[in-house]
Amino acid sequence: MLLIRCPYCEEERPELEFRNAGEAHIARSANIAGESDDDFEKFFFIRSNPKGIIYERWRHMHGCARFFNAVRDTISDKFIMTYKAGEPKPVKLPGVAK
Amino acid sequence: MSGAFRISGAGRLSQAKTARFSFDGQSYSGIEGDTLASALLANGVHLVGRSFKYHRPRGFLSAGAEEPNALVEIKRDAARKTPNVRATVQELYDGLAAQSQNRWPSLAFDVGAVNDIASPLFSAGFYYKTFMWPKAAWKSLYEPKIRAAAGLGVAPDQPDPDHYSARFAHCDVLVLGGGAAGIAAALAAAETGVRVILADEQAEFGGSLRFESGAKIDGRDGFAWAQAAITRLKAMDNVRLLARTTAFGYYAQNFVGLVERVSDHLQNPGRELPRERLWQVRAKRVVLATGAIERHMVFADNDRPGIMLASAARTYLNHYGVAVGRNVGVYTANDSAYAAAIDLKKAGVNVAAIVDLRDNPTGPAIDEARALGIEINFGRAVIRAGGKLRVSSMTVQPKNGGGERTVPVDAILMSAGWTPSVHLFSQSRGKVAFNDETKRFVPGIYAQDCVSVGACNGTDGLSATIDEAYAAGAKAAKDAGAKAAKGTKPKVDASESWSRGMLGAAPGAGPDTTVKAFVDFQNDVTAKDIRQAVHEGMRSIEHVKRFTTNGMATDQGKTSNMHGLAIAAETLGKPIPQVGLTTFRAPYTPVTFGSIVGHARGQLFDPTRKTAIHPWAEAQGAVFEDVGQWKRAWYFPKAGDDMHAAVDRECVTVRKTAGLFDASTLGKIEVVGPDAAKFMELLYTNPWEKLEPGRCRYGIMLREDGFIYDDGVVGRLAADRFHVTTTTGGAPRVMNHMEDYLQTEFPHLNVWLTSITEQWAVIAVQGPKSRDIIAPLVEGIDMSDEALPHMSVREGKICGVPTRLFRMSFTGERGFEVNVPADYGQAVWEALWAEGQKHGACAYGTEAMHVLRAEKGYIIVGQDTDGTVTPNDAGLDWAVGKKKTDFVGIRGMSRTDLVAKGRKQLVGLKTKDPKVVLEEGAQIVGDPKQAIPMKMIGHVTSSYWSENCGRSIALALVAGGRDRMGETLYVPMPNGTIEVEVAGMVFFDEKGERLNG
Ligand SMILES: [Zn+2]
Repeated sequence: MLLIRCPYCEEERPELEFRNAGEAHIARSANIAGESDDDFEKFFFIRSNPKGIIYERWRHMHGCARFFNAVRDTISDKFIMTYKAGEPKPVKLPGVAK
Repeated sequence: MSGAFRISGAGRLSQAKTARFSFDGQSYSGIEGDTLASALLANGVHLVGRSFKYHRPRGFLSAGAEEPNALVEIKRDAARKTPNVRATVQELYDGLAAQSQNRWPSLAFDVGAVNDIASPLFSAGFYYKTFMWPKAAWKSLYEPKIRAAAGLGVAPDQPDPDHYSARFAHCDVLVLGGGAAGIAAALAAAETGVRVILADEQAEFGGSLRFESGAKIDGRDGFAWAQAAITRLKAMDNVRLLARTTAFGYYAQNFVGLVERVSDHLQNPGRELPRERLWQVRAKRVVLATGAIERHMVFADNDRPGIMLASAARTYLNHYGVAVGRNVGVYTANDSAYAAAIDLKKAGVNVAAIVDLRDNPTGPAIDEARALGIEINFGRAVIRAGGKLRVSSMTVQPKNGGGERTVPVDAILMSAGWTPSVHLFSQSRGKVAFNDETKRFVPGIYAQDCVSVGACNGTDGLSATIDEAYAAGAKAAKDAGAKAAKGTKPKVDASESWSRGMLGAAPGAGPDTTVKAFVDFQNDVTAKDIRQAVHEGMRSIEHVKRFTTNGMATDQGKTSNMHGLAIAAETLGKPIPQVGLTTFRAPYTPVTFGSIVGHARGQLFDPTRKTAIHPWAEAQGAVFEDVGQWKRAWYFPKAGDDMHAAVDRECVTVRKTAGLFDASTLGKIEVVGPDAAKFMELLYTNPWEKLEPGRCRYGIMLREDGFIYDDGVVGRLAADRFHVTTTTGGAPRVMNHMEDYLQTEFPHLNVWLTSITEQWAVIAVQGPKSRDIIAPLVEGIDMSDEALPHMSVREGKICGVPTRLFRMSFTGERGFEVNVPADYGQAVWEALWAEGQKHGACAYGTEAMHVLRAEKGYIIVGQDTDGTVTPNDAGLDWAVGKKKTDFVGIRGMSRTDLVAKGRKQLVGLKTKDPKVVLEEGAQIVGDPKQAIPMKMIGHVTSSYWSENCGRSIALALVAGGRDRMGETLYVPMPNGTIEVEVAGMVFFDEKGERLNG
């Protein structure tokens, strides 16, 4: 069972308290009704599913109930970092070589 | 004496404490502290099982958890029958009753042994080859036969009466394995004061010190030192010792799963003790001290009872005081078997001969054996064993061929060397490395905060082991935050050391392909099978493993993997590391379902949710149905009623007078804040800004893809406060959906969401008399149609308690939903019930609720919709705000396919024969005479008998349904095709006049 650090509770808590909520940094358009078919497809259907670093959303379901973002390595399953929803996508990742 | 093979003066058990036990109905006597294996051996019993595939007679290979052969059933009572118990692990208690497995009619005469003769049929890959064709025979013939003939024990057929507990634990240093290395590491760590857990699978700590008679530490015999060290550790507050505890799985971030066998070794466990306890330990540092496992020699008929690992024979002698024979032979490729020969010889057992595959080995063990007068044969092989139910001889030949000699023996002790137990290290995702010199896989690259010490790390010799382990324990403690160590390292005064040994088949195992030289005893895999797999094209060890099933039995190849790998590598002509090692998977040894499940059984498996009105419904004799975790009153039968009679009566009564319905399970969410209306605009298709406080609206929630996600009536209590209802099953996901958007997409909105499902009990009062029933109990709310029209909400009091009183209807009748704080739910219900009785009202359940709403064409999300239905498909276009520029789903629902012609639309269906009730889920076709497979154009989503309409009614999703009004369609069923007519969705009171009736 993984330990996940909730950036709001500022604590590492067991995976059981959390729920994955899909890929992060997929912005919903402010003018969604006017989006082209292609743009809507990209927004709603296309996900990166990388082998390696993934940016994803988690919710501290059985804790503070906040949604936050995490960077995880899909190969090792290790969480590299977590950060609050709305914060920019981190460019530099601790302990990850470019 | 308990058993003719018990040697007086040998072993550590007290002869005074005898224990009676039985095996296959025969009574025996053993000693407390025995395992079932040692007790049987003390009585001269070697034959304990039949093998999996060939039904060959089998005895004990080992004295520990790696045992592949000696699997028995332990029966405490009718429900407590545990199959596949390793007799080498099961501790003896007075009254223990064990049975052999996989034999019929008896262990000595087993009909299934014909498989041994017919063995060409069962060679490698036989499952895949023999039973391929015809396909149908697999299910009807092959599989049942194979399952009956092959197999291990029989699973218990009654519910498990035992209970199992679970603990979470945290520690600084977790030491896995309580032999010399583990104890030394635990001492070093514990002396610094950090929290230490030391776990070992045996009843007593000590590991191989149990048999290593040559070990001396701090001036005492090795095992005695271990017990003294354990006593010291036990006295420390910062140490937890877990004996009889197997670390079965090593997971991410130093999370280790262990099972403690709490009471399987007790004569009368008592109900207060769990059978097993699951430990889930999170450790800052883990020290792996899991030791090594001795390998057998691979030669012809090496599976005869009486042939065992040399270290096992030593354990039986030095710990249990049992001689495994009176005239033993030894077959080895390394030194450790010499120690066994020496110990047995000294105990008075005749050692017929040592056969050593090596050419001219030297060393103290060899010198000592020679000095004791034991015959030693270098450069020779045991090419076959004689005997059937018990080994009777070994045939010796120079390893490169030559004259044979047959030596009578009643046991053969063998050792091909030692395999480091890297299972847990490997499970931790560490990468093993092959040491070409010592021919073994040892820990290479670590993936987690752990360290391997001693034999599992490839460290030879007790001195080196203690040095390494003590240093590692101190370092682990330091890394976990300890200050400094205060203890002193144990001093090794004397030890034994073992050399390397061999991997793969010995000369007796081929290249002749007719002999059975077993690699994997439990799955009956021979050296020949592995070679055959390679000849048939398997290249990867993973393929060889699956083709032959080598290492796939419950012992997971603890003794067989390395031999199998070496034979495959040799046949492939490749070095071992290039062929690779199969993956080690959890569990290390089999784990019971009970220990994994723990207390989560029966009532504790899943919570049961009951409404405040539940006890009343129960007292009335309601029949309940499960809706998610909720128990809901389904219908209220009167004496003699079947379900249909009850539902018909309830439906008619509601429309004639009135009915009370417990709607408390409806999901309820309060949306509050200055931006509450803005938020509602974004989350629902409907417009909300202009909804006046005090009014209600039926809302539809979509997902971003434009499909209906949930629905419900929403009341606006104030400009900044909405009382939102959801479907019963949808409440948690709707709350999650709302929170998600509020927190991540619309965080600028000042809104607070609160689940209030369980805070409010909801009593629906529906029917022409509903107002008359409620009005006398209400204070502060004008109940007139002018003041409280359909789809409005007021706050006031009922029976003196606060209420949110909704005027709304899910039946098409004049109706109300009375919300009161849940604690008052039953009292208010009873007051309303008393009023209702004056008017002849009934209580109705969920079934009548479904019928009544279907008569009106009101949909149920999740029944009439399935996640691919748009508001338009459901005929709910009117509920989508046409002027809105944004809401969740606005873009999705305008996708080309979602606005295309011919989509399935929700319509009503009337069977041509009004008495016929369609089956929900039934498929609909346009032409019943077309060829099969027919083109299906839709399916029935809801279908009931409607007593109010005097006929059956149904809702269905039909392609282009609204353009088919009046068309005849067909529902093909097994007993004939049913004709139906496409109709509107409203079957009763089409004009909707009864809402104010
Ligand atoms: Zn949190």
